[in-house]
Amino acid sequence: MLHEPATQNEDEDLAADYKTKLGLRLFFVYGMVFAGFVAINTFSPTIMGSIFLFGLNFAIFYGFFLIILAIVLGVIYNNMCTAKEKELNK
Amino acid sequence: MIYDPAPLAVILFISIVALVLGISIYFARKTSSAKGYFTAGGTIPWSVNGIAFAGDYLSAASFLGICGLIATVGYDGFLYSIGYLAGWMVALFVVAEPMKRLGRYTFADALDAKFNSKGIQLMAGISTLIISIFYLIPQMVGAGALVTPLLGLPHWAGVVIVGAIVTFIVATAGMKSTTYVQFIKGTLLIIFSFILVIVLLNKGLDTTPDYERYRIPEVINAELSGSEVSSAENGYTVKGQVTSGDYTLVALEKAGLRSWWSLDNSGTTPVLMEALSKTYTSDGETLYNGAVKTERKFHPVGRMSRIYLEGETVEKTGKLNFISYLRAIQNGQVIRYAKKHIDFEGDTVTVWAQNPTSGSEFMRPGLKYKLGEGSSIFSKLDFVSLMLALFFGTAALPHILIRYYTVPSPRDARRSTIVAIAAIGFFYILTLYMGLGAATSGVLDVESSNMAAPLLAKSFGTFLFAIISAIAFATVLGTVSGLIVASSGAVAHDLMDKFAEVNFTDKGKVKAAKITAVIVGAVAILLGILFKGMNVSFLVGWAFAVAASANLPSIMMMLFWKKTTAKGITYSILVGAISALTLILLSPSMFERYGLDASNAPIPFDNPGIISIPLSFITIIVVSLLTQKKAEA
Repeated sequence: MLHEPATQNEDEDLAADYKTKLGLRLFFVYGMVFAGFVAINTFSPTIMGSIFLFGLNFAIFYGFFLIILAIVLGVIYNNMCTAKEKELNK
Repeated sequence: MIYDPAPLAVILFISIVALVLGISIYFARKTSSAKGYFTAGGTIPWSVNGIAFAGDYLSAASFLGICGLIATVGYDGFLYSIGYLAGWMVALFVVAEPMKRLGRYTFADALDAKFNSKGIQLMAGISTLIISIFYLIPQMVGAGALVTPLLGLPHWAGVVIVGAIVTFIVATAGMKSTTYVQFIKGTLLIIFSFILVIVLLNKGLDTTPDYERYRIPEVINAELSGSEVSSAENGYTVKGQVTSGDYTLVALEKAGLRSWWSLDNSGTTPVLMEALSKTYTSDGETLYNGAVKTERKFHPVGRMSRIYLEGETVEKTGKLNFISYLRAIQNGQVIRYAKKHIDFEGDTVTVWAQNPTSGSEFMRPGLKYKLGEGSSIFSKLDFVSLMLALFFGTAALPHILIRYYTVPSPRDARRSTIVAIAAIGFFYILTLYMGLGAATSGVLDVESSNMAAPLLAKSFGTFLFAIISAIAFATVLGTVSGLIVASSGAVAHDLMDKFAEVNFTDKGKVKAAKITAVIVGAVAILLGILFKGMNVSFLVGWAFAVAASANLPSIMMMLFWKKTTAKGITYSILVGAISALTLILLSPSMFERYGLDASNAPIPFDNPGIISIPLSFITIIVVSLLTQKKAEA
């Protein structure tokens, strides 16, 4: 039978623990911001309609913020992981 | 609505399909092994894989469905964009690298890496099949919606065309061709969506859109006798009236043509506002605005009735920027349409009545998911449930998970996920503009919200429409290909090879996968025809809910809880999938689909995640704790 890996993974990754912990921390940060969005919509939806910045309401601002935050956290995560991999997997 | 196919659109459509088939045939010559078929040999560069991820993810649901929802229910449609992207955080931070480290061909390999359990192999294979089929339905519905305005063909023809082409692609070349099709399509989709938004902002907003057959619906004075409309101006004869919810709908006749109007009695004088109607007469005829379809009485809708810009009311804004465009809509008034089903003189009539909505309401949550005024505990639960499913569903979608195995290393899996997040995030910001543009440009087809974005492109000329529609069609082709590869992997690798221990040769396994691809393709065609007319993003929400309930609890607990056992995973997948499916089948939307009264549905909300996801987590914890001794032994 053919149970062999499709690809050869790299040698043991000494940065794996660091990356797992960092990933969980950033996941928690983003999860909290996302939960805040869901909670405000559910329990105080009127806040979402209030004008916040540039004449736009809080709903638009928060929605864009969640999208941009995802990209920014992704880039930070990758840079930190890459730096650690270079440091530990020489 | 009747659409005339444009020759340029047909040529571009055929060119895109030919390109897709060309790529497929090219890679088919190079793919003979199982490794090549399921994971493209793990040789795809991370940057290409990242855009291919985006291509996979920006399916018909994102491009057609979200834009359609934003065009009809405003900000509530944008909630899908936010939720879909947020889900990638789970994929990046929690799932990407471990799944790559543990997996081989399918996500079941990763789940089973520590256990070698028949139960996991069986359940993971079945859940992959179920989720893929749920995800396939909206793609096929989207394909059907696209070919109508593009080629002038009926819905079923689009579904059959996509089904046939994709089955050919998958049954020939597998993951490598699917990846490159997704890469090209993802790139084109983002570039041309950006161009469409720039053109839209340059044009600005206008209370009288000049799109083809768009016309501003009439508003006429009426006289009341008590609560009954007794007469109307402009030579119309009153034929009767029906109350449906908050709406009083009035039938008028002029020159033998029946039309439907909604009564507005809020001002000093009662007025009637022209509606659109589709009538199924007792003698089997279907009339659009009182006439047969070919008389073209039906027209597109959607406009701003009031624009308030920089302190004054204007008819036209001229060029706007990314912020002033949103502000102008938020401060104005949008004419939406409320759909009402009524019975009148033996006929069954669907009426779309004008529903003037303030921009501030349109640009905040609440039109689809009742959260403030008029909300109930169930409507709030429905919203929370949807957001949970979107957040936890992405990282558990089979066609996304298998893409981690197409790159050479865990690091490449992470990098490609970040490329995907950047591309998808940028696209989702564009969806807000495309949806709002469709809502205000007089292009909407009340019968199908799914065509909002391509029809918006059509308002800027045939070329943009043709290229956007052809890309949208390629979007469907690519996503369906990925889903069918995932399904065929589940059957050939997880169920037949590993679970049933069929003694496959390498070529035999690929052959089994290709036969599965043909069968799944046929099922998808059938379901795509049956689910015609439902918003594709709404349907994809269900696929996310099943994925989040069946797969994600197992993936997360397997990675982060040492006491997880094989039986815990097996039962968690089983309970998650069955509970999510049952809740969906008993939901108000499915009751409507069965032809029953939605208010009689035993489950009072549409999205199952809030029940099925925790249930799946509880199952894995309880069963794992109960089976600890056996696991240790």
